[in-house]
Amino acid sequence: MNEQASLAPVVPQLIGTNLRTRDFRTGSVFFEYYKPKLEYAWDTGKAIGKFLAEMKKGRVAATHCSKCKRTLVPPRIFCEKCFRDIDKWVTLKDTGVIETFSVSFVTWDVKRLEKPQIPAVIAIDGATPGYGFLHLINTKDWKALRVGQRVKAVWKPAHQRKGSITDIKYFEVIE
Amino acid sequence: MRKVAIIGIGALKARPKSPELSYKEMTYQAAKLAYQDAGIDPQELQSFVTLAEDIHEGTSIFDEYTPDQLGSAQKPMHTITHDGLVGLADAAMQIASGLFDLVVVEAHSKASNIKNKADIEAYALDPNWVRPLGIPAHALAALEAACYIKESGVTEEALAEVVSKNKGNAKSNHLAAYPKSVTLKDFRGSTSRCSPLRDIETAHHADGACVIVLAGEERAKANGAIPVWIQGFGWATETSAIDSKTWDKAVYATAAAKKAFRMAGIADPQKEISLLEIDDTYAFKELQHLEAIWIFERQSAWKKTLEGATAIKGKIPVNASGGCLGMGEMLEAKGLYQVHELVTQLRGKAGKRQVENAKRGVALAWRGVPTSSGACLVLGRQPQ
Repeated sequence: MNEQASLAPVVPQLIGTNLRTRDFRTGSVFFEYYKPKLEYAWDTGKAIGKFLAEMKKGRVAATHCSKCKRTLVPPRIFCEKCFRDIDKWVTLKDTGVIETFSVSFVTWDVKRLEKPQIPAVIAIDGATPGYGFLHLINTKDWKALRVGQRVKAVWKPAHQRKGSITDIKYFEVIE
Repeated sequence: MRKVAIIGIGALKARPKSPELSYKEMTYQAAKLAYQDAGIDPQELQSFVTLAEDIHEGTSIFDEYTPDQLGSAQKPMHTITHDGLVGLADAAMQIASGLFDLVVVEAHSKASNIKNKADIEAYALDPNWVRPLGIPAHALAALEAACYIKESGVTEEALAEVVSKNKGNAKSNHLAAYPKSVTLKDFRGSTSRCSPLRDIETAHHADGACVIVLAGEERAKANGAIPVWIQGFGWATETSAIDSKTWDKAVYATAAAKKAFRMAGIADPQKEISLLEIDDTYAFKELQHLEAIWIFERQSAWKKTLEGATAIKGKIPVNASGGCLGMGEMLEAKGLYQVHELVTQLRGKAGKRQVENAKRGVALAWRGVPTSSGACLVLGRQPQ
């Protein structure tokens, strides 16, 4: 057996007639097509509601638990470790450090991208180390990107912001 | 098997909308109430069960989103897509088996966040031979109602009495979303979407969250608070084939209660149960369920209701909380709100709606249209 043959998938010979896409289009096989309609409007609540409202103002809001001394971003109104109410709101800088990133040459629905999209987790300055959020990096030289690089948010102009995580367009390397 | 008790309960007031809180924040608040009620440090909790349906939440693999607000990060946790009573049975088994001592059950409803409830309900119908007909899921309940009403000879007055009683009971329940005084005239004047069901006899959705803390016998006794014991539970599904299911009788309820009653050692349900919280998503369901679990003879629940047997001061009070009609339809949390009421009653803390000498309570939940699924739980002041 040569190498080519050994790599070929093993397709068993099945008894019957192969179905083709056109058999479905022409109705020669029976099936039901159904496209679900799912609509939700989620209440953001106190914590994420304020986080988004602050985004609109160009600020990063966080909460602080004075028991475990953690500063949480995105904020919550409760500390999940101490299981108690948080003590105060704080505003953080819009700078941070790349915790982890990926250079993605496909979109979420697997379309090829010429310019890659770079999802990254940014640990925000002033938050407990390791705390931050997932966002996008914009860079001309993705090959030079490194974990631990410092980045800063690039905001949409104030009139375009609507209280969304996308009010930050992306983060850019600042050193 | 080890004995299991409920040592803590916490619930938020049911409301048609809850725009200022996220589901996580609602759950956190209910959990805080339950842990305070149980007198425990959340760090002691060992295992967690949540009830949720991805399509109700709008997030798939929803169990990933439940730990933080319960204090269960990095602890055993799983989600069941069923009513709260099934979650309680699950938690009770985790303790009875000796695996854990302290287990938490949580369910919530953010029904107000679902913008197309009719589509979501239709999505539960079989895609090949039911959905293409374009019948609203609600109509399936109407088909059942028509059959039950005809078989049992239920009168309009009796259905109006169920609505009036439950919405009336809700007036003394601070957790209820839909308290109201309802007259026979109101009932007759209510519009009908699918005959014979009127709008007024259909429970309306509400938002809320409920958390229950369970403990093993030794832990429950050491706790100081009055434990309410889990005596029995059962759950069952008749069939998903709506074309061949039983239309007049709630077979699932009979099967679930049979298991639960046997486990609890109940030989005569009419004499050995002090009060019930029974699914009344539609008024006829309360009557149908009462007959299914031997509280009343076939074709007699409506007569007993008219005689006042199921009122808070009656022989066997049913839905003292207000039921789904008065409390609101709480999605997966329905059964937990029933349990919240039974525990409050068995502790003797139900205030104005307190059932006298409440020793043993039964909860019966139905999973709603188009299902023939239900669960039953028996609670008591004594372990058995």
